[in-house]
Amino acid sequence: MENNGWSEFEIGAMLRSFEGPATNIATTHTEDRNYSASNSFTASVADWRIEKPVFNKDYCIDCQFCWIYCPDMSIISRDKKMIGVDMDHCKGCGICVEVCPTNPKSLLMFQEQHDDEVALAEWPEKETKEK
Amino acid sequence: MSEIKKIKNLKEFSTSADRFEGANLLCPGCAHSIIVREVLNATNDDLILSAATGCLEVCTAVYPYTSWDASWIHIGFENGSTAVAGAEAMHKALKRKGRLKQDRDPKFVSFAGDGASYDIGFQWISGCFERGHNMMHVVLDNEVYANTGGQRSSSTPIGSSATTSPAGRISYGEKKNKKDMLAIMAAHGSPYVAQVAPNKWKNMIKAIQHGFEAEGPVFINAMSACTTEWKFAPEDTIAISDLATDSLVFPLYEIIDGQKLNITYRPKNVVPVEEYLAAQGRFKHLFKDQYKYLIKEWQERVDQKWDYLQRREEASV
Repeated sequence: MENNGWSEFEIGAMLRSFEGPATNIATTHTEDRNYSASNSFTASVADWRIEKPVFNKDYCIDCQFCWIYCPDMSIISRDKKMIGVDMDHCKGCGICVEVCPTNPKSLLMFQEQHDDEVALAEWPEKETKEK
Repeated sequence: MSEIKKIKNLKEFSTSADRFEGANLLCPGCAHSIIVREVLNATNDDLILSAATGCLEVCTAVYPYTSWDASWIHIGFENGSTAVAGAEAMHKALKRKGRLKQDRDPKFVSFAGDGASYDIGFQWISGCFERGHNMMHVVLDNEVYANTGGQRSSSTPIGSSATTSPAGRISYGEKKNKKDMLAIMAAHGSPYVAQVAPNKWKNMIKAIQHGFEAEGPVFINAMSACTTEWKFAPEDTIAISDLATDSLVFPLYEIIDGQKLNITYRPKNVVPVEEYLAAQGRFKHLFKDQYKYLIKEWQERVDQKWDYLQRREEASV
């Protein structure tokens, strides 16, 4: 979307979230929606991140705690399964890692420039509880 | 009447398609969007929404972007609730005259921060509740004017350091207790008034769905832990919310028809208030010797309130 100067601003503005008619949005997932250029879904806040969450599906039990507590709609869940992290909208807050109940955690924070494959290779082992 | 969305467990809930989009400009770890998601996902019906000026509004509608996938309006600081009430009145009138193109009853929800509800928008909300619009008002209660830099609001609790009530050598910060907004709104004769927290999602969904089913103005006070103004790390939002609900600083309860009070969440292990205070930067001065007596007062106040709620529940008045 083109950026306008202050003088071109309208006093009241109406923005459309979708191109064309949009019905039953509540049951349509992101990939099937026809977003307009003024929907913030088309924007990215990836440059806010210092650390990024990396998802290791080997340990995930699909509890969906990360999905419910993600403030940025960045945990992608389909058919009751967690399938990944939306890296365009994740701000790297780390809530998903904090609420992950598995041992070892199935989501961990790594530095933004860290390679995902390397991160998965150096995933920590299961911690044994001290008795 | 439309069907209630069935949400048995979190897995089933996770099949919902969000109607609130990412790349909004809320702080990382902000509880506002967790609350908004839980409210919007509690129904599959069409939504007519508004937001009063506040963090939520300025961050989700930054021209040329909008983060809302439903009809949403922002007008002023004070009149977010009346904008929705107006839409609701229009819907009712058009329906009566048979001029609606579709026979779909939307849900009317207005979002506002504690500043726009407890202080600035109070008269407008009171008006909406007095007129009995069929709407829901959700307060995102972060106990401070976070959008403008952390000034105290009438929701700010005692001892909290805000920019207009700073703690220092002479003062321990905010000196007035939090306004009991729930009692005020229940006294309006609202069919459903509830206090909820995003970390207790099931409790919250139940309250929201109950609110959607109720005929008349519904008031929801949702605790929104603010990482910037409460001063804690962004990843601790849920942990802090857990401390707030488990220490009973923020008890979860509902009042039906302005009369019957039910406690909706009873913590298994009650945490001392001190732990909740210690976790946040806005209370750190309370741990100086000079102000330590305030922690004891805090605990007494919280115990007293919990005792009162329990007695009211028992007497069912």
